[in-house]
Amino acid sequence: MSISVLNPGLHATIQDFGRHGYQKYGVIVSGAMDTYSMRLANIVVGNNENEGVLEITMIGPSLKLEKGTLISITGGNISPTIKEKKIPMGRPVYLNEDCVLNFGPCIAGCRSYLAIAGGFEVPKVMESKSTYLRAQFGGFNGRTLKKGDVLNIGVKSSTANKIIKKLEEINPKGEFVAPSWYMRDSIVENSNSTIIRVFPDRQFNNISDESINKFFNLKFNIDNKSDRMGYRLCGEKIELKEKLEMISEEVSVGTIQIPPDGNPIILLADRQTTGGYPKIAHAASVDIQKIVQLKPNNKITFKQITLKEAEKLYFEREKYIAELKKAIRLTII
Amino acid sequence: MKENKFKTEISQISETSVLVEFGMKISEDINKKVRTLCTYLDEKPFNGMIEYVPAFTSISIIYNPLDMNSESPYEVVKTILDNIISKLDFSLADEEHIVEIPVCYGSEFGQDIEQVAKINNITVDEVIKIHSEGKYLVYMIGFAPGFPYLGGMSEKIAAPRRESPRTAIPEGSVGIAGMQTGVYPIETPGGWQLIGKTPLKMFDLNRNPKSLLKAGDIAKFYPISYEEYVKLKEEE
Repeated sequence: MSISVLNPGLHATIQDFGRHGYQKYGVIVSGAMDTYSMRLANIVVGNNENEGVLEITMIGPSLKLEKGTLISITGGNISPTIKEKKIPMGRPVYLNEDCVLNFGPCIAGCRSYLAIAGGFEVPKVMESKSTYLRAQFGGFNGRTLKKGDVLNIGVKSSTANKIIKKLEEINPKGEFVAPSWYMRDSIVENSNSTIIRVFPDRQFNNISDESINKFFNLKFNIDNKSDRMGYRLCGEKIELKEKLEMISEEVSVGTIQIPPDGNPIILLADRQTTGGYPKIAHAASVDIQKIVQLKPNNKITFKQITLKEAEKLYFEREKYIAELKKAIRLTII
Repeated sequence: MKENKFKTEISQISETSVLVEFGMKISEDINKKVRTLCTYLDEKPFNGMIEYVPAFTSISIIYNPLDMNSESPYEVVKTILDNIISKLDFSLADEEHIVEIPVCYGSEFGQDIEQVAKINNITVDEVIKIHSEGKYLVYMIGFAPGFPYLGGMSEKIAAPRRESPRTAIPEGSVGIAGMQTGVYPIETPGGWQLIGKTPLKMFDLNRNPKSLLKAGDIAKFYPISYEEYVKLKEEE
């Protein structure tokens, strides 16, 4: 089975959980910006949660899908349709006939994740299917999708086949069939303003008290230069107590850096492996999903929590994912 | 001498990572400790470890908290690392591994070489001589695949970054920024002063190891002609 690209949209790339284990060679992690939505999209079609999915940004592609394909769409709502009928998000959708999947206006968030049961058959580069655009490897030929591309689909898991059987029982007719249930927070709510929980990072104490105050009490704007590498914020300038000599050291997803111009940058999927700017705070892992769905000019506010609290949130989320996986495997859906 | 008193520090930096710091300044001794721990972790990664990211004076280690079977995964990791570090022998002599890198200096490949010469009040030939006589320790690989952070450049050829960065620096370009020299492994924007270009691939997916240099190597540059560049490029 395969998928044909009729129109590539703005920026669609294959991404998985990222390329781990090669940062010591300078190879960035990449991967889905919103790994939570990516994992949920995979789980609900019976894939391994780390399978490659299509990350669709702002303007979606037009894709020709074959009869018998099981898909799911999570994350931002970019109005997915088949024959002008809305595709329900956050749940498995089974195609009863060949059809064209289209996207429309960006209703909520800006990144959608399309998982296909069986996954995309692209070669793994350094154990990952993630696209690393700048180095031109991974994903589909190391690039964004183009018109005329044909993406092969792998073999469906037994869980996927069980899901299909259940869906066929619901309704064997029409272009597609989907259940009425859907996964909790697999769909981004419409929000142009969000609160992000952060814990202090290594140079927190080097930031002036006034700036710390501003950081936690004022809103920041998402700059339009934001991309997969990082989100640039503008608003109040953050200042250091005094000039700081920094030696490049680790950065990770959610690190909030303060470059010399005082405008914070939140590092994301395509971040460099190390960085030399002071780090004021670090976004809680569970809130990365909220950040990456924001569009330029959306607003962000920071709320301070402890690393221990962030860890607790992390465990709660993993517990939910584990329960969800179990439920899908047992098809008690 | 203050550095000798720096106690190795381990701290949690996120839900999934921990930082081990060996010092607070760039020095070969401190960097050697980083590399000693890296080598150990390459050979004996602990259960639940995902990867490590080395830097000049520190190393961050990423782990899966769920694999620690504890409500305080960081405490488990810290104990493991304390144990490893207490047993490591940081005094072992490095086996010197020299990697020679041919560079075609000047011309269209190194458009800023005259600027570098001018800044330092020396001739272009002297820039080439000084740059190619140096021995450069690879402190770490980072920023881009195979990009080496090199130490040991002569201050006689130091030059500040360009005021407006180039939007695309070709793969293989050799540049200078402040007291640093390096080679761009992939085409990327950048503000370094370009002095030449190597035909060698700093990073090659089809080679093992993929990165030409690794932390701890000694890099040496030697000048080649344009004809030699073309010939070597064809062989690569």
